[in-house]
Amino acid sequence: MPETTTEPVSETAPERIAVAFARVLRGAGLEVPVGATLTFTRALGCVGLASRSGVYWTGRATMLNRPEDIAVFDRAFAVFWDRREAGADEIELPPEEVVVALDVPGADDPVGPDDEVGVDAPVVTLRWSPTEILRHRDFALYTPDEFVEARRLMSDLRLVGAARPSRRRKRSQARRGAPDLRRTVRRSMRAGGEPVERAFLTTGERTRRLVLLLDVSGSMEPYARAFVRFLHAAVVSRSRVEAFALGTRLTRVTRDLASRDPDAAVHAAARRVTDWSGGTRLGEGVRRFNDEWGIRGLARGAVVVIFSDGWDRGEPEVLAEQMARLQRVAYRIVWVNPLKASPGYAPLARGMAAALPYVDEFVEGHSLAALEQLARVISE
Amino acid sequence: MVPLLPDTVAEVSKGLADHEYLADEGLATSIFLALRLQRPLLLEGEAGVGKTEVAKVLSRWTGGELVRLQCYEGIDASQAVYEWDYSRQLLHLRAVEASHERVDEDELYSERFLVKRPLLRALAHDGAVPPVLLIDEIDRADDEFEAFLLEILSDWSISVPELGVVRADVPPVVVLTSNRTRDVHDALKRRCLYHWIAHPDFERELAIVRLRAPQVPELLARDVAAAAEALRGLELYKPPGVAETIDWAEALSTLGRARLDETAVDATLGTILKYREDQERVRAHGLGDLVRSAVARGA
Repeated sequence: MPETTTEPVSETAPERIAVAFARVLRGAGLEVPVGATLTFTRALGCVGLASRSGVYWTGRATMLNRPEDIAVFDRAFAVFWDRREAGADEIELPPEEVVVALDVPGADDPVGPDDEVGVDAPVVTLRWSPTEILRHRDFALYTPDEFVEARRLMSDLRLVGAARPSRRRKRSQARRGAPDLRRTVRRSMRAGGEPVERAFLTTGERTRRLVLLLDVSGSMEPYARAFVRFLHAAVVSRSRVEAFALGTRLTRVTRDLASRDPDAAVHAAARRVTDWSGGTRLGEGVRRFNDEWGIRGLARGAVVVIFSDGWDRGEPEVLAEQMARLQRVAYRIVWVNPLKASPGYAPLARGMAAALPYVDEFVEGHSLAALEQLARVISE
Repeated sequence: MVPLLPDTVAEVSKGLADHEYLADEGLATSIFLALRLQRPLLLEGEAGVGKTEVAKVLSRWTGGELVRLQCYEGIDASQAVYEWDYSRQLLHLRAVEASHERVDEDELYSERFLVKRPLLRALAHDGAVPPVLLIDEIDRADDEFEAFLLEILSDWSISVPELGVVRADVPPVVVLTSNRTRDVHDALKRRCLYHWIAHPDFERELAIVRLRAPQVPELLARDVAAAAEALRGLELYKPPGVAETIDWAEALSTLGRARLDETAVDATLGTILKYREDQERVRAHGLGDLVRSAVARGA
């Protein structure tokens, strides 16, 4: 093992370096659990502090766990190391930002903290207030007060995904199907070794993954703020949901939306998405999704829901090609276009026209009632 | 019981290279730390960059048995840990009954009737060297299984209700791979060291091709490595991995080529690009250009 014999670093113990670097990483926005810092300390003890690349790769192996974070890690490491080299004794620590995920089942959460309730419940559990008018009102026409009320209603939304047969087997009461030898042997003990009472297995069901892609470009602005609440309701109400924001770039917001507090969640997602109300290159966004997430597995056998008005500044051929790719792996594609509700609407936006042949369900989603309808479509 | 404890990262690089695996510094550091700290190593990366190969070469190098657990949806304890040999149990019961003896439950659930699946085999080994446990494509298993795995990877022990707790004297060397079809749970990631295997650079890829396909003429290997590098810059749906590069070099050399040329590339494009759209894109880009720039880069 290389001993720490080189001059400039010899007096700095691995613990101090590890703790200081962990703070730099946290300041740069990475999640670094305390355990990782401890591992980094021990690892530095094995690798030594002599070489820059040795410390770099040790940090990579212990403090990082997603390829998306590599760029941030590299920048943070460069800053950290160079300052240390420059002899800055005390590294200036950037203010640490503490994000507390709220997980308090409150009054606005009638089902309680148990996700499983939502999964097993019958198709859709919707609890709407008696304000029927609000349900059919177009989101774009909402007053701020109405929006507050709608947000409350939306957080009551519970989504159930379409089911598919699971490969996991479970005990069956029926007297047919695959034999459950484990239980059969147990029972035959009672009969002196004779397998009189036989037991069986059956296959269960599991919900398909639900992937939500929200167009956050300028033209979608009046609806995006309502839809992001819908995304939040979906992410917290059941497992196997993934949410992405599509603008000039693709941003995964699943983790940001996972907080039970709707305001905190939407706030976190908004901070993550840096291109709100920018331009759209839908085709490019769907391509990024296909390349980085969808084709490798996320969209396979999933119900994919795209919330967009279909305005695309890119080439429509690109969108058509990417929708074709997506359609080949997804179970169903649902396109939610709030403009569809306008009288006399025809899908003339070039992007919409290009995408439509690959869409299984084309729905409105412009009002609470329409979202209720969407929840039903998703569960089919 | 001698677990392998290398002293330096360089020792790891050399040990792997001696067994035909060329790791860059990052991967070698991760493997070094996994061995020294006795922690599982989680490897992610594009398909075909050699994730699974890491476990195989570790097994060749350390001399530990390779125990492989291929994950799939619905995998559970009976396929991953242990199962009782039910048909033998039933036969045994019948035999006992026929000789009018009493059925002894303890005997029925003894090691004699135990079928060890990969996780139990990896923990219950009694050889001199700990085995290398490869948990392949963990992202295909479901969350429940992951939680279960976490317990084993933290305590290095499994409890079999009928037999008691099985604990590894020396923990196995554990390599997990994931294709990122979903996120591996944070708790499991916290337990593991992590390395993202990127595509190799030109020099390393050339060295890998030379090592893995020694029958390929050097100039051809240079051309192929350069062309693979160029193809990765073309925004393809599935950029070629090292595995494809090796296949391609072997295919071209089987066809008797000593250098890359347009006709041969046209005929063998399917060994390196597996999507019709990708092949079209490369043809539209110009096979001649690809060959010329590869030959110039390789020279």
